[in-house]
Amino acid sequence: MISGLLVDNLTIRRGERTLFSGLGFSAAAGEAVALTGRNGAGKTSLLRAVAGLLRPAAGEVRFAGVEDAGEARARGLHLIGHHDGLKGGRTAREELTFAARWSGGTAADIDAAARALDLGRLLDLEVRKLSAGQRRRVALARLVAAPRPLWLLDEPLAPLDSLWRQRIGEVIAGHLAGGGILLAAVHDPLPVAARTVEIGA
Amino acid sequence: MSPLLVLLRRELALTWGRGGGPLPALAFYAGVTTLLPLAVGPQPERLAVIAPGLAWLALALASLLSLERLFERDFEDGALDLLALGEPPLEAVCAIKALAQWLATGLPLALAAPVAALMMGAPLALTPMIVACALVGGLAFAFVGGLGAALALGSRRGGVLIAVIVLPLFAPPVIFGGGALDLAARGLGGMSGLLLLCAWSAAAVALSPLAMAAACRNALD
Repeated sequence: MISGLLVDNLTIRRGERTLFSGLGFSAAAGEAVALTGRNGAGKTSLLRAVAGLLRPAAGEVRFAGVEDAGEARARGLHLIGHHDGLKGGRTAREELTFAARWSGGTAADIDAAARALDLGRLLDLEVRKLSAGQRRRVALARLVAAPRPLWLLDEPLAPLDSLWRQRIGEVIAGHLAGGGILLAAVHDPLPVAARTVEIGA
Repeated sequence: MSPLLVLLRRELALTWGRGGGPLPALAFYAGVTTLLPLAVGPQPERLAVIAPGLAWLALALASLLSLERLFERDFEDGALDLLALGEPPLEAVCAIKALAQWLATGLPLALAAPVAALMMGAPLALTPMIVACALVGGLAFAFVGGLGAALALGSRRGGVLIAVIVLPLFAPPVIFGGGALDLAARGLGGMSGLLLLCAWSAAAVALSPLAMAAACRNALD
């Protein structure tokens, strides 16, 4: 299980443009890190590099507690961004069930997630019929439905109203209390105590 | 349930959601095999000679349909991220997607192929060979086609690009299958052609997931 994250001297380049270079920070179990920075600074690219989807130009990402980075990523992290992976034409239940089971969740976990995010009535609707906030709740439900220690979230709260920002804050607090780690790209402050890392300062 | 089984069930459900499962490919196949006799002219004897080969070629073309959305949709909506971050390797994910493509369109086409060949006047005795070639060859078409779909990820007009990439790779299975059908029609068995087709399909099934996964990683980067 991942018990810490270390970003070491990371440089990310997109084409000819260097987004940031020499970025380093770490996060221990139970810690939340808020990534801030102007639009296009490279917050999303950093999250994708931590997830192993994007090859950094220099530097590396290491995970404490698991020897092999590939192994750590395959079992230990969730990445949820603007493209949430939900299919508009399928029901919220089908999409949540697939995402959760694919990530190692059980039927009991899925029920717990539906309760935690109050999805009850939404589950039988097609995803395309949900509002942006409802859709985000369905996407975030997989965090609860398939417990994994490292959460990489890209603007997780953007479409949510104040009530749901608070409720997601409680979910995140529970995750951190259980030894989880959160790395979130945000513009507004996170509803939990978090260290701030500014990208491209 | 194992994650790969979960994925296979999702992919099969999506082929219906993507547009009617096997129906468009079957309709296309029926259309082409109806037009071909019209183009060849009013001589049933001549048509009967080339019927197996025409049915076989039309099947290769029909299996190109619906390849475009195989990876593109998951790429656009972010589901490919989710698939890349699962426990099974991306190679296995790609193999399952191609397998689902075969189950959804290759199998129904293989059942339609002998009907089309009979309609054009092919002898009834050729039916087992046609079904065998269509089943085995369809597997190669699905996996090589999946490779084309993965390589075309992120490009505009991906469908045309897929056809351009994939058609040259369809040449060996079309030749082997066509040879098998020709030999069988002349009463010479045709097992050698079928075995070559099996070998090509086995190579496609074994190798193309590696290339598909590499192409997907490249598109995600």
